[in-house]
Amino acid sequence: MTLFGALGFTTPWLLLGLLALPVLWILLRAVPPAPVRRLFPGVVLLLGLRDEEQVSDRTPWWLLLLRMLAVAAIIIGLAGPILNPEDDGTVAGDRPLLVVMDASWASAESWPARLGAAEALLNRAERDDRTVAVMRLTAPEAPTFQAADALAQHLAGLSPEPWAPDAENMEAVADLLPEGAFDTWWMSDGLARDGRETLLDALEDHGSVTVFESPEPLYALAPARFVDGNVALTLKRLRAGPAREVTVLAEGRDPAGNPATLAQLPMQFEDGAVLAEGELSLPSELRARVDRFQVQASDSAGALTLSDDSLRTREVALIAGTENREGLELLSPLHYLQRALEPTADLIDGALSDVLPANPDVIVLADVATLGPEADAVTEWVEGGGLLLRFAGPRVAASDLSRGEEDPLMPVRLRAGGRSVGGAMSWGEPKTLAPFDAESPFFGLDVREDVTVEAQVMAQPDPTLASRVIAQLSDGTPLVTRKQVGQGQVVLFHVTANAEWSSLSLSGLFVQMLERLAVSSMPAQPEIEDMEGTTWQPEVVLDAFGDLRDAGTLPGVDGEALVSAPLGPELRPGLYTGQDRSLARNVVDADTELRPTAWPDRIPVEGLSGPEEQPLAGWLLALATVMLFADILASLALTGRLRGARPVATTAAAVLLALSVTALPDRAAAQGTAPGQLAPSEDNGPPSEQAEPDAGPAGDFALAATAEVTLAHVLTGNDDVDEIAHAGMRGLSDTLYFRTSVEPGPPIGVNLEEDELAFFPMLYWPVTPDQPTPSAEAYAKLNEYLRSGGLILFDTRDADIAGFGASSPNGRKLQELADPLDIPPLEPVPEDHVLTRTFYLLQDFPGRYVGRDVWVEAAPADAQIVEGMPFRDLNDNVTPVVIGGNSWAAAWAVDDNGQPMLPLGRGFSGERQREIAYRFGVNLVMHVLTGNYKSDQVHVPALLDRLGQ
Amino acid sequence: MSAPLALRHRAEEEASPLPDLLARADKLAGTVLLGDHGRRRAGIGDDFWQYRAMGPGDSYRSIDWRRSARGDANFVKDREWKIAQSVLMWVDQAASMRFTSDDRRLPRKADRARVVALAATILLIRGGERVGLTGWTLPPRGGNPQILRLAEAFSTDTPDEYSAPEARGMLPHARALFVSDFLGDIDPIEAALTKAADRGVRGVLLQVLDPAEEAFPYEGRTIFRSMGGGMAHETLKASELRARYLDRLAKRKDRLDRLCRLTGWQYDCHHTDDSAQAALLWVWRAMDGGKA
Repeated sequence: MTLFGALGFTTPWLLLGLLALPVLWILLRAVPPAPVRRLFPGVVLLLGLRDEEQVSDRTPWWLLLLRMLAVAAIIIGLAGPILNPEDDGTVAGDRPLLVVMDASWASAESWPARLGAAEALLNRAERDDRTVAVMRLTAPEAPTFQAADALAQHLAGLSPEPWAPDAENMEAVADLLPEGAFDTWWMSDGLARDGRETLLDALEDHGSVTVFESPEPLYALAPARFVDGNVALTLKRLRAGPAREVTVLAEGRDPAGNPATLAQLPMQFEDGAVLAEGELSLPSELRARVDRFQVQASDSAGALTLSDDSLRTREVALIAGTENREGLELLSPLHYLQRALEPTADLIDGALSDVLPANPDVIVLADVATLGPEADAVTEWVEGGGLLLRFAGPRVAASDLSRGEEDPLMPVRLRAGGRSVGGAMSWGEPKTLAPFDAESPFFGLDVREDVTVEAQVMAQPDPTLASRVIAQLSDGTPLVTRKQVGQGQVVLFHVTANAEWSSLSLSGLFVQMLERLAVSSMPAQPEIEDMEGTTWQPEVVLDAFGDLRDAGTLPGVDGEALVSAPLGPELRPGLYTGQDRSLARNVVDADTELRPTAWPDRIPVEGLSGPEEQPLAGWLLALATVMLFADILASLALTGRLRGARPVATTAAAVLLALSVTALPDRAAAQGTAPGQLAPSEDNGPPSEQAEPDAGPAGDFALAATAEVTLAHVLTGNDDVDEIAHAGMRGLSDTLYFRTSVEPGPPIGVNLEEDELAFFPMLYWPVTPDQPTPSAEAYAKLNEYLRSGGLILFDTRDADIAGFGASSPNGRKLQELADPLDIPPLEPVPEDHVLTRTFYLLQDFPGRYVGRDVWVEAAPADAQIVEGMPFRDLNDNVTPVVIGGNSWAAAWAVDDNGQPMLPLGRGFSGERQREIAYRFGVNLVMHVLTGNYKSDQVHVPALLDRLGQ
Repeated sequence: MSAPLALRHRAEEEASPLPDLLARADKLAGTVLLGDHGRRRAGIGDDFWQYRAMGPGDSYRSIDWRRSARGDANFVKDREWKIAQSVLMWVDQAASMRFTSDDRRLPRKADRARVVALAATILLIRGGERVGLTGWTLPPRGGNPQILRLAEAFSTDTPDEYSAPEARGMLPHARALFVSDFLGDIDPIEAALTKAADRGVRGVLLQVLDPAEEAFPYEGRTIFRSMGGGMAHETLKASELRARYLDRLAKRKDRLDRLCRLTGWQYDCHHTDDSAQAALLWVWRAMDGGKA
């Protein structure tokens, strides 16, 4: 092989062919393009015309150049050029070879490249017949020299560790070094560390040392901090380079529990800077779901930081027993709690039943004696790890709560009545607090003398009482008691949460106590004193590549060590949980400094991998082909033949383009996601996208139903009945259109299971014995519909044969259908019902049949006829149902031409009946749309009187 | 193949385009609505022109007794004067006319010229005129057989590169129709026209050109050859020549036009990608619909 710089040729003598190029040039130059012969009668007019451009009798220089380049490319291509051919190593020798790998988290980023480089080294060593051993500094083991090919098989099994070798490791390695002379190849991760020099000296005692380092950028992400409501991130890089933007992803789980990228933060390294800072503003709910922050497309544990409870604000639900005292804000049982917790916690208001599904960290019950039906749910929540914080108060004192036997949600039994000290009506002085015991969570807090207690609930002496007291008064009575329930706990303050019984809530001690109870959020990093004697259980641990692994059976870690000890096999980076919080131990902490290594000048430092050997012949030959192809097109164009063959030319151009496009490496894919501003994941996006009006059939349905007032009928599944119902609604709509200001759109048949009902003022529901009973969801929808002012007109359509009740199949079916519905008591339409006068004055409500009574919601029992008023002041609402059997739709039904579909009675009286039926329909729709408007008309005389008319 | 058989064969081959040409020309002629061809004055003819009172010099035989019997005066029935006009045709049969730039889409120039000329012939003969060729070969005659004869005459190609109209045998005051591309030497054309004008012959020049001759859409190195192969011109960049060629063509057209105006002829240029009917209508109108 012949080498020209980084280029080698397999058959270099072929390059002699390049000498022929000048000859070719002259030859090609002399031959003009072949002329086209054309018959042309107008030649007589051409005779004597001379060409103005004499140059073009030769091939144009650019075409010539193109051809020469093509030929040159072919010649060079055939000569077998190879880029970066592997030359014989710079590191040669015959002594044994020790490959020392840092194998730290910083090596993980380019680990495959390191392995590749190591493999290449091993191959070279195998060629040179040298024995090889491998050592990892992060996990030092005594090296054994073995054949290179044997070692190469184990190479893939080597992995970096998610910590960095410290000076001790280095010394250990130095001690482990075998006797005898050997050369060393040190695959460094590029970070300066203490102890490197020592080890280097030790290695140099045995032989030469060559260092391999990756020039790739190395990022380290410091733990996220919570600053002014934002998440502050600091990104470091090893070497100051040009300005660069790096995207940090906030990974977590979406509300469905699936892993998702919750936010992105582009962080900008200034030119020459090694630090980049960024702040991410996240809603607290989203922030609580963030598991980790990670540099995009990074493979190192250092470019990832786990988030723990320090990013979470606790969710605290505040529930008070008495909320009736309007205006007395300072007396509100929750006022001081709110003031104390607002800065550090997310407060949730609401009823207990609404709060529990949100699974808050803490529920505060201020003077709540009975929990009612939610007690079980609260117990379950406490057992699952919740903190129930209770405050006493007048209601608790007056109740039987935890009196006879201990309530599961109270830490102690209470004595009846409680006590009052130091008040106007009692002996003694107000009591002060005793200093906190060492076992108390409040231990170490200053007890202030000005905190006094005037009244409290008293704990019943019990064998367990002493162990549950965590704060007491100066006379030894318990002030705060605590009980573990499952994984959670119940804490009772024996005083009120406001200043009524004691001045505790006014003092700063109160806030500190809440903090100690982990009600309010905790400081970002616990003090080492706080951690003494605690044991922390790893939940997930990181490997060097930044992948999360289940901690499995890893042993617990001493709290002190967790905070202060360096990472190692005993203390793996990961997420640790203690008693009431979780703590993340990250590979990179806030103080970690990235310093590039400084090797002595005598040590050769090489890049991780020389550029790979790359044969170029294929590329050159392809290039030649493309150029020859271009030459064809150019020649055609030059001789004027391209015009006739335009389609061919365009096809050829397209082919050429396609070739060149596929030949380009796919850079677009490597670009990754374009970094944007804070981009919350989809589930947090604005709901407007889902509410697009033209979003599918549901949107069409909504448009059709809401563009106009629309009458609807329930689809029964019986085609005849549905058709009549539809035609009836159409007839009624027409009638309304002609006679009133209600102008309904075309009626719609409603499928109770699928369609939204809220759009329709009224549903006509013909009853057939065989129609399917709606599902529970459909009934829920129907009840919601009835509650929100909808009206259902039930029609059993059998007034000709049956009376009211279950005497007909339709009637029985109606009872079955209506049973799950939320229907108030009914009565036959009274004479003064508003339905009789909303538009027309009516007294009977015939349909196709003039049958029995029509039933509507019963009037309240106390409805009285007022003197001078024609009507009672009846229901204030629209009746939710109208039930009858007169087959109204059949009377209303018209065909497409507006002609009645079904005969009605005989002769004129039949038409009269139809007219009255229409009037009933109009009244019904008017009733639905205007409610009790006509009913209110009874007040008109009084109103007029008041206006002085 | 024996000699008579071969002759017959050749003759049939020669004759085969004839019916086609006739049919096409006939069809083309059918598109022109024949108007009245009378001279709008009393004279010899078959059609009634007017009744007039008998005057001195009218023979008794000319009295229209049927009309005269209705009154006291005698009336003579005049007939419309109709005289047959001689029309002389010349259609260029030279090699240059056998050019087409696109043999799938466009007819040869000669085809178009023959069809138009023969259609005009048919119309003229139907209108009662006598039609013949210039020169002595086919003197003007009327009647359908003359159409056949002319069709035959039009169907014979000549080997010349370019040809010029025959100026001999021009009947005085006849009409003439010359159809050619007029790309050849212009002097014989000029001479023929001048001679015709001298004899009081007026007529029509129809120049038939191929679109390619009008546009010169050629590029690159090209050798242009005449249809007969007798002339050639090589260029290395045909597109360079376009402007100058078009300039020369325009000059040629302009010269023909001026020549026509000078001699009282009419000139039009027809392209083979236009419809033949347009050319025929123009010829027909230019020849006053056959009227003198």
